Amino acid sequence: MVRLRIDPATAYAIFFVLFLYVPVLLIPLFSFNDSTVATFPMKGFTLNGYRGMAADASLINALKNSLMVGIGVSIVSTALGLLAAMGATRYAMPGKSPVMGTIMLPLVVPSLILAIALLVILRQVFDIPLTLWTVAAGHVLVCVPFSMLVLMSRLEGFDKGLEEASNDLGENAWMTFWRVTFPIALPGIIASLLMCFTISFDEFVMAFFLSGTDQTLPVFLYSQLRFPQRLPPTLALGSSILAVSVVIVLVSEWLRRFGVQSNKPGAF
Amino acid sequence: MAVAEPGQRLGWTASGDQWNRWLRRHEWARGYLLMSPTILVMLAMLVAPIVALVVMSFWTQHVLEIDRTPTLANYWHLIEPAGPDDETAYWLGIPFPFKRAVYIVLLLKSILMSFTATVAVILLAYPMAYFLAFRVKQHKMIWLMAITLPFWTSYLLRVFAWKLMLGFGGVINSGLMKLGLIDQPLEFLLYNPIAVVITLAHAWVAFAILPIYVSLEKIDRSLLEAASDLGDRAITRFFRVTLPLSAPGVIASSLLVFIPTVGDYVTPTLVGGPTGIMIGNSIQSLFGKMNEIPLGSALSLVMMLSVTLIVCLFLWAVGYRKMQRSIA
Repeated sequence: MVRLRIDPATAYAIFFVLFLYVPVLLIPLFSFNDSTVATFPMKGFTLNGYRGMAADASLINALKNSLMVGIGVSIVSTALGLLAAMGATRYAMPGKSPVMGTIMLPLVVPSLILAIALLVILRQVFDIPLTLWTVAAGHVLVCVPFSMLVLMSRLEGFDKGLEEASNDLGENAWMTFWRVTFPIALPGIIASLLMCFTISFDEFVMAFFLSGTDQTLPVFLYSQLRFPQRLPPTLALGSSILAVSVVIVLVSEWLRRFGVQSNKPGAF
Repeated sequence: MAVAEPGQRLGWTASGDQWNRWLRRHEWARGYLLMSPTILVMLAMLVAPIVALVVMSFWTQHVLEIDRTPTLANYWHLIEPAGPDDETAYWLGIPFPFKRAVYIVLLLKSILMSFTATVAVILLAYPMAYFLAFRVKQHKMIWLMAITLPFWTSYLLRVFAWKLMLGFGGVINSGLMKLGLIDQPLEFLLYNPIAVVITLAHAWVAFAILPIYVSLEKIDRSLLEAASDLGDRAITRFFRVTLPLSAPGVIASSLLVFIPTVGDYVTPTLVGGPTGIMIGNSIQSLFGKMNEIPLGSALSLVMMLSVTLIVCLFLWAVGYRKMQRSIA
């Protein structure tokens, strides 16, 4: 007798994936809906939301700001993350765990607190005006721990003998870094760059508190959420942001796995 | 490439040479030298701002001017007992005899909402992590990526998605009406604490799966076989072997969700409405339009200290250290 048995765990997994994805997928779904309200039944297919989005000059400006901040933040955070990861994986240091704990602190402290603490020191103590630079500073703070985690997992199990060999063969520390350490860490570095870029590109709270007149894309999006009549271009913008994040995360994850598999330095 | 010759050293100053030799002998110094740029940035942008917040919390604001004499006035402001003329505030039927009970009530409410969201996250995440660890045999990486992918997309958009779901004319209401199950839109879906809890749980669940999954994956499968061989049924085996061994992952996940959500700002602002606001909204308005920065600093610190205290009590209560030792 053939019985159709559905494993409860599998059934739950299907439910779970639906719970995870359905709410988020509503944004792209309704972005193509020919109506200014997001309700069922849907009215018909349109690209008007996307047209409205592309025609909005302040949106394009916010996109430019977000790209600049994102690229700058990913480079600076990855450089800082790499230095810290190299130090932490290679040397035994007294007091390493409190130092590491402090660097990892932005992972657990609510970003609201980080943002207002930075705001207080910037405005009240140093009287620095709020610009995209202050937003970028806040984003670096959030990105460094992630970058460090990614790069530490890449550098752990790194064969110290390779660097020693390079030194023995007469390379100085700088050239050893570029010819040995850097190529081995490269998949991790690219993964970290991409991850920091997405974090910065999507980050809202820091940008909301630390930006002046120049907005980043999430801050712009937030300002649009208040106007119901602007829902179609806002949904189109939201869908585009989701698409960018998904592509970048998939590439970064693929690179990281690829990097783990080709752990032999000869592979590069 | 130039081979290092002893002659090159002659160009260096004696002190530079000594410094180099000292560095070579002390491994920790090389480590710290390498980490120093990161440490300096973190000192300037994380430690200094928090110290500034602490200092500020002892100052007082007089309309537009800040008085820098250190006092405990802000902390007293938060816990000052109600005078005989003040009305007693009630929350969940419990009286709060404070002059400005709003802050304490809001803090407790945020902790309760965050706690509920954490419990919901664990209940949702555990079976999924179990499925990933024990049932998925092939393409584990693809499953893991599919589960964690939403966590990397915009938090703001994930919260906004729930506004679309739960709103008065939203997806659930219009869908149910289309199906003829209800005539009137349900008003209790959006703008209340439950909407905040659902949204928080959805936003963090993808992240919470990982620690539980890792701890389940680490369980020695022969222990499970032994339990079965000795006569445990699947359900007893789960409660006697699997669950206790995965407890560290559950604890890590709970903390990963609980600690950052108490001070969340985006979710209560977008889906909370007037009844669903949390302590983050109060802190934001103190720093923003109310311009009470010292009081806001004090409130932020009280929130962080309360969360730290709860976490420490929780870890002590579950005997986390003992658990780690016995598993290792």
